[in-house]
Amino acid sequence: MDFVQNFPFISIILSLFSGPLSSVLSGKWAKRVNTAVIVVIGFLSAATLGFVISTGQAYVYTMGHFPAPWGNEIRVGVLEAAMALFFCVIMFLSMLGGIREREEQIEESKQNLYYVMVDLLLCSLLALVYTNDLFTAYVFVEINTISACGLIMIRQNGRTIEAATRYMIMSLLGSGLLLLGICFLYDLTGHLLMSNIKEQVGILAATGSYHIPLVVALGLMSVGLAIKSALYPFHAWLPDAYGYSTLSSAAILSSLVSKGYIFLLIKIFYRVIGFEIVKESKVIHVLFVFGIIGMIMGSVSAIKEDDIRRMIAFSSVAQIGYIYMGFGLGTAEGVIASIYHVVSHSATKSLLFVAASGLTDASGKSPRYRDLTGAAYRNRLAGVAFTVGSLSMVGMPIFSGFISKLLFARAAIGHHYKMLPTLIALAISVVLNAVYFMKTVIRIYTPVPADMEIAAGRTVPAGEQPAKSAALVCFIVLNLLLGLSSEPIINLIRSGLEMFG
Amino acid sequence: MSKKVPQEQYEKTFSYKFKQWLDGTKDPFLDTVEMKRQKPFCEEAGKAERRKQDRERIVRRVYDLEKNAELRIFQRIYRVLAVAFCVFLVVMLLLAVSWLPTFGEADKPVNNEVSARYIENGLQETGAVNIVTGMILDYRAFDTLGESHVLFIATCTVLILLRLDRKEDQETYGANDRLHEPKNDVILQTAAKILVPPIFIFGIYVILAGHLGPGGGFSGGAVIGAGLILYLNAFGFAKTERFFTARTYRRMSFCALACYSLAKSYSFYTGANHIESIIPLGTPGAILSSGLILILNICVGVVVAGTMYTFYVMFRKGGY
Repeated sequence: MDFVQNFPFISIILSLFSGPLSSVLSGKWAKRVNTAVIVVIGFLSAATLGFVISTGQAYVYTMGHFPAPWGNEIRVGVLEAAMALFFCVIMFLSMLGGIREREEQIEESKQNLYYVMVDLLLCSLLALVYTNDLFTAYVFVEINTISACGLIMIRQNGRTIEAATRYMIMSLLGSGLLLLGICFLYDLTGHLLMSNIKEQVGILAATGSYHIPLVVALGLMSVGLAIKSALYPFHAWLPDAYGYSTLSSAAILSSLVSKGYIFLLIKIFYRVIGFEIVKESKVIHVLFVFGIIGMIMGSVSAIKEDDIRRMIAFSSVAQIGYIYMGFGLGTAEGVIASIYHVVSHSATKSLLFVAASGLTDASGKSPRYRDLTGAAYRNRLAGVAFTVGSLSMVGMPIFSGFISKLLFARAAIGHHYKMLPTLIALAISVVLNAVYFMKTVIRIYTPVPADMEIAAGRTVPAGEQPAKSAALVCFIVLNLLLGLSSEPIINLIRSGLEMFG
Repeated sequence: MSKKVPQEQYEKTFSYKFKQWLDGTKDPFLDTVEMKRQKPFCEEAGKAERRKQDRERIVRRVYDLEKNAELRIFQRIYRVLAVAFCVFLVVMLLLAVSWLPTFGEADKPVNNEVSARYIENGLQETGAVNIVTGMILDYRAFDTLGESHVLFIATCTVLILLRLDRKEDQETYGANDRLHEPKNDVILQTAAKILVPPIFIFGIYVILAGHLGPGGGFSGGAVIGAGLILYLNAFGFAKTERFFTARTYRRMSFCALACYSLAKSYSFYTGANHIESIIPLGTPGAILSSGLILILNICVGVVVAGTMYTFYVMFRKGGY
């Protein structure tokens, strides 16, 4: 066994260990430990990715002396390693972009607890990505949920406490449904390990026995994870949670937490139930319908919003809708488009949050539209970054959003009855995206009229917050990279998905 | 034939005091125990009025129900839909359960090679007489590692929410934590004096015997935590803070979790790389047996006890 194969396990243990360690350190040292851990895990994941690509096949890593199905194990393929690397990059940049906000908005004595939350959140994401065991996945879903609550409410004001309460109620409902689904599956198959469950489910499906509980289990798990990742009718917790929490939290929540659950759902579809059986059940039609409604309703809510951060948050609802619509198509192409959209949306959404905070810095911390007039002239880098993010969201070529929309359209073509609704929804959604994002871009590039006074508006040079500027530049580069050289990434996703089965 | 005792001497005997207490003429605890009748809850007239106004203002300004037709309709159908959703969920789950394999049937899918190996080989492979402990701390130790961190992160979240870090808050609320209960309650203190040592010993026993019989870190830790809470209630913070403060808790839980992570990393690493583990399993049934399980149980116990105590303190005073 190569030493590289230990890296996923080392990354999980490293991030798990750094959580309790941060709780005994001061805020400053906890921050250093956190940065070091993210960077080290990023490199470890990159090495793992290189190894898996070179061998061309996934491998399982036994956690302990007992082989599966008796012990726990993790499984590493191209898609898993790529996701781990990508999550580390986004988390690093989100933490980098929000340093100033964290210092201002979190009490001095609670700084280290913030890093405890981030470390354990990273650990739970890695475990969700790598695990080959459904119950392990559930345990780390719990860690993920609690740490996300902590990330929301650590900026202590009434709004965030309320947002955290909402998030907790909705998210626990989702966890409960997921757990019920896992219990059903265990009762039907007698296994918790993904590969063994799939084998047993295959037998059950072939003989046709226990059809109803199987569909109910699949439905419970899908709905549970849909609630946790804010699919349209379950999105009530989202705008407050993203809109009022501190900047790094908002960026991490929108681009990593919800994506971790989506990745788990993909795993359940491919590695637990088997995509053929998922396709035959009616569950994906439900996901498809709600995905499409979400694409439109999320954008409509975003248009009505007057607060730039809440607008970006509502735009997330629409983008999550895209991802579920891709699952709903029920083809491998659709799932590839969804995974690409997970990547592209994570990169763009965290960019938008950081850029929006740069714009509000230049407008006296006010997120209102009126006060943002001309903000791009006062903070040029943030203006450019926000424009890049907006164009990517709308789906302009050369940016990442264009590729994912193209992939969705391509996946829909030829589908005998879902083609038309998908294409129409895509078209409407793009127009709606353009309405609210371009409205904002035009607003920030409108010079302040002579008769209008922006309270506390000031010019912010790029050197004032070097960390945030660096994060913005990296985000822009990442976005262009995803948009311009999408082919290798799509191939990576495709080969990863083939390894999944 | 009983001897007539003079009245003075009789008044000193226990039976006379008992009779007095029975008649209700004298309460022996009257001056020794601080007693305070709990005040019935009554709201001042102005406060109730203000609360009412606040609620009206929320409806008027925040929700703006008169103009906001969407919200008005939503609020109307919300309750109906909520009940309908719950009924739907309950009915669907009950129906689905009725389709599951029958409970207790011999050829249930759950009775497969997985549970067979746990039951048949659990003792030889893990060295733990209690196969449940063997399962959670050896076969599936990764899950339990995650689970103990769930407890840890839950405490951290409660600390974020409830810990009072500003000096003036600590002075106002910290000193007043006994506003509603008596201090130095003799009954409670006597009971605690008698009960706390056996509770601690029992908790330690449950943790240490986790691999030999029913018990383990989670249950034993909960017992010790309950003992700590009882002791705190009887004797107050001044006494508990001599040996247990926030710093103690942080260091203790860090040491326990670090020990757990390191121990398990070793066994994961050796297991995955097919290296023989140097940890002996010992004789099943002896206290020092079953490899790492004893150490892991102690770690889990420490974390659980600290977590329970910290939850209680945070809800009561907001810091210690």
